[in-house]
Amino acid sequence: MGAPTVKIAVCIKRTPDSESRFKIAPSGTAIDEAGLKFDIDDFAGYAVEVALQLNEKSGGGETVVVAVGPDLVQESLRKAMSMGADRAVQLKTDAAPADGLAVAKALAAELKDGGFDLVLFGKHAFDTSAGVVGTATAELLGLPCVTAVSKLDIANGRGSARRDLEGAAEMVEFPLPAVVTIDEGIARPRYPSLKGIMAAKKKPLETKPAQLGVVRVAVQKAELPPERPAGRIIGEGTAAVPELVRLLQTEAKVL
Amino acid sequence: MANVLVFAETRGTALRKVALEAVTAARALADASGGGEVHALVAGAPGAAAAAEQLGKYGADVVYTVEHPALGTFERESIAATVAERAKQGGYRAIVLGFSTQGRDLGPRLAAKLDAPIASDVTEISISGDTVVVKHPGYANKVVLTLALSGSPVVLSVRPGAFTAKEAPRSARVERIEPAADPAAARVVVKEVVEGAKGRPDLGEAPVIVAGGRGLKVAENFKLVEALADAFGNAAVGATRAVTDEGWRPHSDQIGQTGRQVSPQLYVAVGISGAIQHLAGMRTSRTIVAINKDKDAPIFKVADYGIVGDVLEVVPALTAAVAEARKHH
Ligand SMILES: Cc1cc2nc3c(=O)[nH]c(=O)nc-3n(C[C@H](O)[C@H](O)[C@H](O)COP(=O)(O)OP(=O)(O)OC[C@H]3O[C@@H](n4cnc5c(N)ncnc54)[C@H](O)[C@@H]3O)c2cc1C
Ligand SMILES: Nc1ncnc2c1ncn2[C@@H]1O[C@H](COP(=O)(O)O)[C@@H](O)[C@H]1O
Repeated sequence: MGAPTVKIAVCIKRTPDSESRFKIAPSGTAIDEAGLKFDIDDFAGYAVEVALQLNEKSGGGETVVVAVGPDLVQESLRKAMSMGADRAVQLKTDAAPADGLAVAKALAAELKDGGFDLVLFGKHAFDTSAGVVGTATAELLGLPCVTAVSKLDIANGRGSARRDLEGAAEMVEFPLPAVVTIDEGIARPRYPSLKGIMAAKKKPLETKPAQLGVVRVAVQKAELPPERPAGRIIGEGTAAVPELVRLLQTEAKVL
Repeated sequence: MANVLVFAETRGTALRKVALEAVTAARALADASGGGEVHALVAGAPGAAAAAEQLGKYGADVVYTVEHPALGTFERESIAATVAERAKQGGYRAIVLGFSTQGRDLGPRLAAKLDAPIASDVTEISISGDTVVVKHPGYANKVVLTLALSGSPVVLSVRPGAFTAKEAPRSARVERIEPAADPAAARVVVKEVVEGAKGRPDLGEAPVIVAGGRGLKVAENFKLVEALADAFGNAAVGATRAVTDEGWRPHSDQIGQTGRQVSPQLYVAVGISGAIQHLAGMRTSRTIVAINKDKDAPIFKVADYGIVGDVLEVVPALTAAVAEARKHH
């Protein structure tokens, strides 16, 4: 007999590939999405992998993926199912809002009666770079929450986790059900197998309206940051060291 | 006129740098909204209340102190309940905290408890009528977003280093308060705090960072990076994901999109190619130095001063030269 099975929800976001070069849309309030590649947000991808590994270890259980957003998010939900998630829920909106608390409200409404032992999130999403949705959802659900976890174990209805602090790390324990947000370094997402991709087509994907409530955070402007001045090579090998030290002293004034 | 509440973060009983930066940001916001007061809340182990004086020096009018043995480690549930309770009683316009590991955890808890809109990692704050407007770098620092938050209060976490702490002395009134939730009854329990490398500043606070990449070839050679950091005297040590993946350094040293985001006075990149995900974490550094044997490495596009050469030769020479230069001040 393996460990007791667990039911896990993973909230995932669809975001543009982080390698992309961005342009601003004519509206001036968003990026131009034309030609960009989108995928499951990096940290949420790690969270999907963590869920799948926990289920594999226990030899059962269920992984459910949930996304708030327009129909395009179905592509990310299918991808998670092709990695191995069992089913998916889309909470439909015209666009995922910039208001993290509103997204959390929609997710909490969906998750509250789901009977999940564990709800996983990414530490923060690439686009918002905010880190709000997971922790806020935990509060709304009244569940214990551990953020930015780089190691996670569960056993006997309890979890233990490691969390990196600035210059230190803390080891924590908590009862399940709980919410955990996932940092890098814990797992790299697997690539879907061909068999996984075929199976995902038949897995259930349910669509419901998102209950966002009032949205109170809006993007007023999006702009590209100023470019750094072009780089400069000052020389080759150890012969360039005295010049570097001179520049650090007289020009950069950091020595 | 509107008051602003600051969560002043401590480690043990000492204030963190970002706590004073948050007070400075709050002071400016209170002044901009008609000359309100800044109230700060310090929670920590017995002794933490001593921080009150310093908070007054930077512009706090009132300092609420909560001391409890269990608050020496980050007792997140009790601290969130206590700050939220104070926020409800005080009727603040904004709650300001740092976007540190603790602040990232606390901010969204407060937003949910207070049903308040939140903006994270902000670099500028202004107020216009009923709206608080902030700047926040999104897309891993590749797009700067201006966000408008409607409703009151709002929760704002400030990017470490974005607001320079400025003295604005007040004789702060100090008031002791009780934790709003028993820290000993928390569901998430800290079992152990593992301290990292001693004697070096944190990546987020160090004026100088020396970071190493795969160009160092073997873990053993990382001691060249350590030695250069030692020569600067006040430097932290960072790494690329290639290095943390290899296990040469812990993940907590990783700089970049999925690691730490840093902005020191001086960033020295040693054997680092300059992949876009690495640049996302350090391109806002004031001065960037790169040492790489490949003259076409992308790191040279952002380096103020680049040296093309073998790190195994250049770094020891630079270490000696930096040590020599520092001897003469
Ligand atoms: C989703 C995602 C997130 C990522 N997040 C991060 C992140 O947060 N941080 C991060 O750093 N990376 C991140 N990466 C990885 C990133 O793409 C690069 O793979 C990584 O930064 C490369 O590290 P490196 O520069 O040490 O190694 P390499 O790219 O292998 O570069 C080594 C460099 O050393 C030089 N070199 C070799 N020998 C010598 C020598 N003897 N002397 C001098 N120079 C020498 C080479 O010319 C080369 O330029 C991420 C990738 C993805 C896909
Ligand atoms: N629209 C969304 N739908 C589902 N999950 C989301 C959504 N937005 C954010 N999340 C989750 O919350 C995490 C943190 O997002 P954020 O608070 O925006 O930084 C992400 O990594 C996802 O796990």
